[in-house]
Formats: sequence, C-alpha cells, structure tokens
Amino acid sequence: MSTSDAKLEARRRANTELGLLVLALVICLAAYALVGLAREPQLPAGLAGYGGILAAVGVGAHLLLRRVTPGADPLLFPLAFVLNGLGLVMIRRIDYALAATDASELAPSQTVWTVVGVGLLIVTLVVIRDYELLDRYRYSIGIAAIVLLLMPLLPFIGANINGADLWIRFAGFSIQPGEFAKIGLAIFFASYLAENRQLLTVATNRVGPLMVPPARAFGPVLAVWGLSLGVLVFERDLGLSLLLFGLFISMLYVATSRAAYIIGGLALFAAGGYAAYLLFGHVQDRIGIWLHLWDSEAFGAGQLQQSLFALGTGGVAGVGLGQGHPDFIPIVSTDFIFSAFGEEAGLLGTTALLLCYLLFIGRGFRIALRCRHEFGQLLAQGLVTLYALQVFIIVGGVTRLIPLTGLTLPFVSYGGSSLLANYVLVALLIRVSTDEVGARPAPLGHRAGAGA
Amino acid sequence: MALTIVLLFGALFINLNYLQVVRADDLASDSANARRLVAEYDSERGRILSGRGPDTRPVAESVETRDELKFLRQYDSGPLYAHVTGFSSPIFGRSEIERAFDDELTGNAPEAFARNLADLLAGRERAGDAVHTTVRDEVQQAARDALGELEGAVVALAPATGEILALWSSPTYDPNDLASHDPKEVRESWRRLNDDASKPLLNRALRESYPPGSTFKLVTAAAALESGVSPDQTFPDPQRLDLPQTSATIGNFGGSLCNGGQPLSLTQALTVSCNTTFAQLGLDLGAETLAEQATRFGFNTDWDFQLPATAVSQVPSDADPPATAQSAIGQRDVRATPLQMAVVTAAIANDGVMMTPYIVDRVEDTSGRVIREFTPEELRLPGQPNAQAISRGSADALQAMMENVVNAGSGSNAAITGVQVAGKTGTAQTGEGRPPTVWFVGFAPADNPAVAVAVVVPDVGGAGSEATGGAVAGPIARAVIEAALGTQ
Repeated sequence: MSTSDAKLEARRRANTELGLLVLALVICLAAYALVGLAREPQLPAGLAGYGGILAAVGVGAHLLLRRVTPGADPLLFPLAFVLNGLGLVMIRRIDYALAATDASELAPSQTVWTVVGVGLLIVTLVVIRDYELLDRYRYSIGIAAIVLLLMPLLPFIGANINGADLWIRFAGFSIQPGEFAKIGLAIFFASYLAENRQLLTVATNRVGPLMVPPARAFGPVLAVWGLSLGVLVFERDLGLSLLLFGLFISMLYVATSRAAYIIGGLALFAAGGYAAYLLFGHVQDRIGIWLHLWDSEAFGAGQLQQSLFALGTGGVAGVGLGQGHPDFIPIVSTDFIFSAFGEEAGLLGTTALLLCYLLFIGRGFRIALRCRHEFGQLLAQGLVTLYALQVFIIVGGVTRLIPLTGLTLPFVSYGGSSLLANYVLVALLIRVSTDEVGARPAPLGHRAGAGA
Repeated sequence: MALTIVLLFGALFINLNYLQVVRADDLASDSANARRLVAEYDSERGRILSGRGPDTRPVAESVETRDELKFLRQYDSGPLYAHVTGFSSPIFGRSEIERAFDDELTGNAPEAFARNLADLLAGRERAGDAVHTTVRDEVQQAARDALGELEGAVVALAPATGEILALWSSPTYDPNDLASHDPKEVRESWRRLNDDASKPLLNRALRESYPPGSTFKLVTAAAALESGVSPDQTFPDPQRLDLPQTSATIGNFGGSLCNGGQPLSLTQALTVSCNTTFAQLGLDLGAETLAEQATRFGFNTDWDFQLPATAVSQVPSDADPPATAQSAIGQRDVRATPLQMAVVTAAIANDGVMMTPYIVDRVEDTSGRVIREFTPEELRLPGQPNAQAISRGSADALQAMMENVVNAGSGSNAAITGVQVAGKTGTAQTGEGRPPTVWFVGFAPADNPAVAVAVVVPDVGGAGSEATGGAVAGPIARAVIEAALGTQ
C-alpha cells in the first residue's frame, strides 16, 4: 500500500470518528435535555455547560488523535465517549433523585474525571508511541500491578468502603488501585505468554486422556490463581478475583489453544471458590442471595430485589429518563447504574448499552486478529476480554444471571479510578490498532511475532 | 474466546428480555416494589363516609404527609368500622369496601371515564371519589357496646330496602395499624393479628358460618306453611322423638315436654322452640323440600354482595331421615352466616320479599356529583322465579308466631316497652361439654318493620354451657333494635 493510500485511509477513518463523535454528542445532549424536562417544563440550565464541556473534550481529543494516532480504529473512542456521556447524564439524574436526602453531588466530580480521563487517553498515546515499550518493561509493570493490588491492605492508606478493602486514600482522594492493576496484569500476561508460548504449548505428559504440558508450565497458572484468591480472601473482592482469573485463563487458552488450561483453570477456580464459600460468610451471603433472592434475609438481598424491580418496572420502553426512581436502588451510581437505565430507558435502553459494549468488544477482537505482532495480539485480546468480562460480571450480577459481585460498569458508573483506567485501556487498544495488517509498515524495533 | 464472549452476552440479552418483558408486570406490581406504592399513594384516595345529611362523617380518609408515600390512610373511628371499610395497607393489600370499591376510591370507576379523560387533557389532578356507606353510627356503636368482649357478630338491615345499618364482628382490629407507612410496624401488626387465636381479622358477619340452631326453625316452619300446614295445626308432644334408621332420639331443651304432653299447635311449637315438633316436621317434609325452602331464602347459593367473598350458607338436600330431622332444628350439617340469617329474618318481616342487602348506597366525586347509586332492589336468586321467598300469607303467619316468641316464649329478653318486637332464639349444641352457639334473630316494629337483626355468639365463655339464645343474644338484639329505632 502506498503512503498516499495510507494517508487517505487514515483521513477517512478520522472523519468517521468525527461523525460518530457528533452523533454521540447529540445522543448525550438529548438525554440530558430529557432528564431536565422531566423536572420542569424548560430546557435545563446546565445543558449548555454540559454540552460545551462534552463537545470541547470530544472534539479536542479527536483533533489530537488525528495527529497522534493516524489510521487508528475510529470506533473505540466514540463508543467510550457515548457511554461516558450517558453515564454522566444518569449520574446527574441520580443527583436530582437523591437531592432531598443527600446534598452532595456526584456529577460535577465525574465531569472533572471525564476531562482528566480523556486527557490521560491522549497522554498515554503520546507516551506510548510504540507498544513495544510495554513489552520491554513487562516485569516492572507486573510488579507494579501486584503492588497496586496489595496497596489497600497497607495500614494508614488502606480503606474499607462498602465492605471491601479496595481503596487507598491518598492526598484527599480515594483511589481504587485494583482498576489500574488489572490493566498492568493484562500487559504482563500478554508479554509473558508471547514469550513462553512454545513452552506452554508443548504437551509432554499424559494425564488420563489429556496431553498436558510439563508441570513447571503450570507455575504461572498457580501463581495467578493464588493472587486472585488472595484478592478474594484479603480484600474481600469477589468481582476482581473472578475477573483476574477469567482474564488469565482466557489469555492462556488463546496463546496456547490447549483446553487443558481451561479445564485445569476451571477446576482450580471451582476448588478455590468452594473453599471460599465454606470459609467466608460474605461469599455464602452472595450465593445465598442469588439462589433464594425473594426469601433471603441476608444483607444485600434488598438491593438486588430493588434492581430487578427497576428493570421490571422499566419494561420494554422504560418509564422515561428522569421519571423513574433510581433513588430506590442502593449504591445506584456505581454498581447498579445499569438498573437505573433499565427502569428509565427500558429494554430498548439496556439493549442499546449492551450493543455499545458489544461493538467495542467486537472492534477489540478485530484489532487483536489484525495485529501483526503476537504481543499486540495477546495484549488487545487480553484488554478486550478484561473489558467484556467486567461488563458481563456486573450486568449479570445486577440482573441476577450470576451472583452479584461489585464491579463498575465501564465508562458509565460513577468513579474516577474506573474511568481513568478504562481510558488507559482504550488508549492501549487504539495504539495496538495502528499496528494492523495492511496499515503503515511496522516501526523498526518490533520483534517479529511467532505466528506472523 | 470471542465466541465465549458472544455466548455470555447472549445470556445477558436473554435474561434482560426475560426480566423486562416476561417478568416485567410481576416485578412492576410486586408488593415490595415501592414504585407501585409511590404512584398509588401519590393521589388522594377517596373518603368512606357514614351517616346522612348533616351527620355525614368520614370513617376513612387520606391525609397528606411528608413521607415518600404522600397520602396516609386514616380510619377516624379506629376499630368501629374495621369490618365495614376494611383496611388499605401499603404491604398487605385491601379488604372489604377498600377492596370492593378500589376503582371508585382511586377515581378510576368506569362511570368516571369521561371525566377522567377530560381531567387528563386539562392537566387537572383530582382526589378519588367518596364512597357512602349505609351503616349508621348509632346502630354500629350499639352492636359494639352490646356484644362487648364477647366473640360474635351482629348484622342489622332495613327489611324494606336491604340497607345494612350495622355490620359488627368481634373481636376486631384497628385498620390504622395496617395502613401505617412504617413497613416494620405494618408487618408486626399483621403478624400479631394473624397469630391471634381469636382471629380479629376474620369478618364473622360475612365469612364465618355457624349452626343456626333453633333460628333455623323459621325456615322449617316456612317450608311447612308453604306446603299447606296451618299455624293452628297440632302435633303430638312426645318426651323424645325416635329417629328412623337409628337408635338415636331427639329431645327438647332440658329434656322437658313442650306442652305437658298435650298436642300443641305449630305456633305454640315455635313459641317454646319445641325440638320434637320441628324434627317431626323435618321428617314429614323431607330433606329435599326443606333444602328447597332454604335455597329460596339464599342458602346453598353464592348470591352477590357488595363485599367480596362471603361464605355460602348450607342446607344439605340429600340428607337421610335422621340427619333431616336434625337439620330441621338447625343442627348437624346446617350452617348459616349472620348475614344470611339477617336476610331470612328481613324477608319474613318484608312479607316474604327478599331485598338485596347493600352496604354502599352511592359514590360521589369531590364536587358532590353522584357517580354511582345503589337503590333498593329485590334479591332475585339464580334459579328462582322471583324474590318472593315465601308467600305473603306464610310471612304473616311467621310474623305472628315470632311476636309470640317475644311476648310469651323464649325471646322475652328482646322485648321493648312500647314497641312490638318479633324474633326467634337459637341455641345450637356444638359438642359435649362445649358452650353452645347462641343466636337471636328478630325485627321491629312488628306491624311495620324498620329493622331486622341477626346476632350470633358462638362462644359465650363465662355464661357456660347452659347459656341460651334468649338469655345471651336477646338483650344484644334488643339494644341494636333500640338504636335503630332511636327509642333508647
């Protein structure tokens, strides 16, 4: 492909992105106006401010993206942007609903986090011009991730919020380091697996009907299993534990195509999960609530019931933005924000949200498939799996498909850490997308992938 | 991996469709879903009013609060009207008028459709419509005071119209306890009331049936008169009546003779409540004829009443002769609700014509415009040619006999100076050593009946197993009749 062709293609993609961003902006402003109109018969006063900030952030980021990542995937940023914008609208709407009992407003700080998050996206892309950099620092990144994971357990800075030790307090902010740790772990896994793929793939031992790799190949699997169980035991975070383990098993499988890892991994997880169930009251509570929701007296059954009531009340078309009762659902701005959409926007709204996530995930897998380098393939696949599993675990939890474990809904839930981490995730996916088959030649210094 | 993700999201979509389409209505209307309540309590529920003209007063009304649920349902006289209005609870639903007239009280009666449409278009908010009950304060209070701590029920109605003047069931409860906006308090009250062995939530006047004992002799006598027996026809007076096909016998109260062993007339037999005579009548008439007459009075029929789920009173039509003899004196398998016995009494008082009992006579909107009106109507039972339960002649004969009961028989405790009361006592045995179920049914004034009343006391407690309908239930009936006639 000639250079001019590539430039033309890059421009076409950039224009697609701009068009989608404008569409995202229109959707978010319309939603914001609807929330306001449900309160009083005139357009809300904050519409211009909200619209101005969103437009400035979106268009500003777009212009920078044109320069920093020509030819990158044009869907990822607009999809993240529309989810972020709708999340802001819902958080504003929840502020209104809770105004009578709780004067503190979440929307202003979430707006600040949005600006910071998009800024971090640009910074990440500027700093990491070539994702090879991540491969090089994999051990530093891996260790940093584990330190981040353990930080909430440290005295003085660790904090227990909503029954889980997930937070650290630092300079007046509460930060959830786990949100960043999981991205670091995805990078580390991708790098480790890209290098040790051969060793992990070769099956030398026979266990029953299965050919399995040598015992020492299972070392890392056991290590991650231990890590995720540690998270579960010491930080009482079921969701993160499930997420990390799912991430690693799926990456192992993609890297090696060996079902033994999945089977072994699931067996380990089942054993660990069962032991946790026997040992820990909060795990028993979660499972008990899930199985016997309507006659459970356990703390937490009420919030899941309220979530289902919200979804059921919403029905197909929803009761209308601004016209429901998100205030009836506990912790609605974080874990249960999906249910608030379910009530006010109905099945149509929840389906639209899930389709946004699916589109994003589809683009992620496409990037992984088209990437020229094995590390990039595994990285993109890992990041998108992380994202998809997180959406599944929290949406499945609030809809009682699976036991509820607290996680944020990416880009939509209130929370700075989650928002920033997810923008970093988008940045990395965008960066990998510039290294696709048929795009501009790979920069020098890239190690040739084993399969490429 | 991508396939796994697609499968996981597929499961999410299916589950969401299940929740938001298939289960949507159940979840939206679940009693624990506060959204339904907030919407329901957001507008003012109509009042339930008792009394007429200037005496009209609310017995249930909604007052505005600062709670999340905007209007609180209040029952101004507490327990007095509990079994008339019923309750309207944010958790446990509704009963009685609150349930039967829910559409009217919320302003959604079909009759108000055009008005509601106009209000909707004009953006007007309106309180629910007011429901007027026929129950009269002084009669209801008299029933409460006369029954006192005793378990039992009183139904009083106007024979010529069917208007219910009192509907009292004891023990009762305070509907305010169930209408509270404090869920914990409501649940505790509900548990307490349901666990209470004396069943305060049970409306005995409508939903409990008792052996009617000798009050059922009115029905047996009616069947006899209708089949040609005259009031003066005489019957033998045996010590005991041998029942066919069995060694069992039927005797009289206290084992005595009814007329010193001399033949006695039907009128005399009713006056002294002679078991042997009526058991013999039952044998002579047969189960089918007896049941047929009872059915014409409303037994064995689930006739419509404004309040939901009333119990059906029973008289078997296929009983064997010994059982028929016992049925004829209101024992064995015969069961009657207080409402049913009040209807029988009112029909006799109204020259044999049954009037449909009603407890709500009109529904008005906030501006006083009548939306629905219930006027006196003959009670035409399914399968019956008309509302004439017995001929006028039979009714006249029964009226005269019942006057005799009060003037010279077992019902003397119900007599009122200056007013001719007609009535019949009942004392049904419920088992060896157990206190009997006692009754009194009657009407007054006998020449132009303004009120018919049925009183039942299933467990006279302290009065012991020797209690009789005349002694226990008679004075209660008298108090209620006095209140209804305003002759206290």
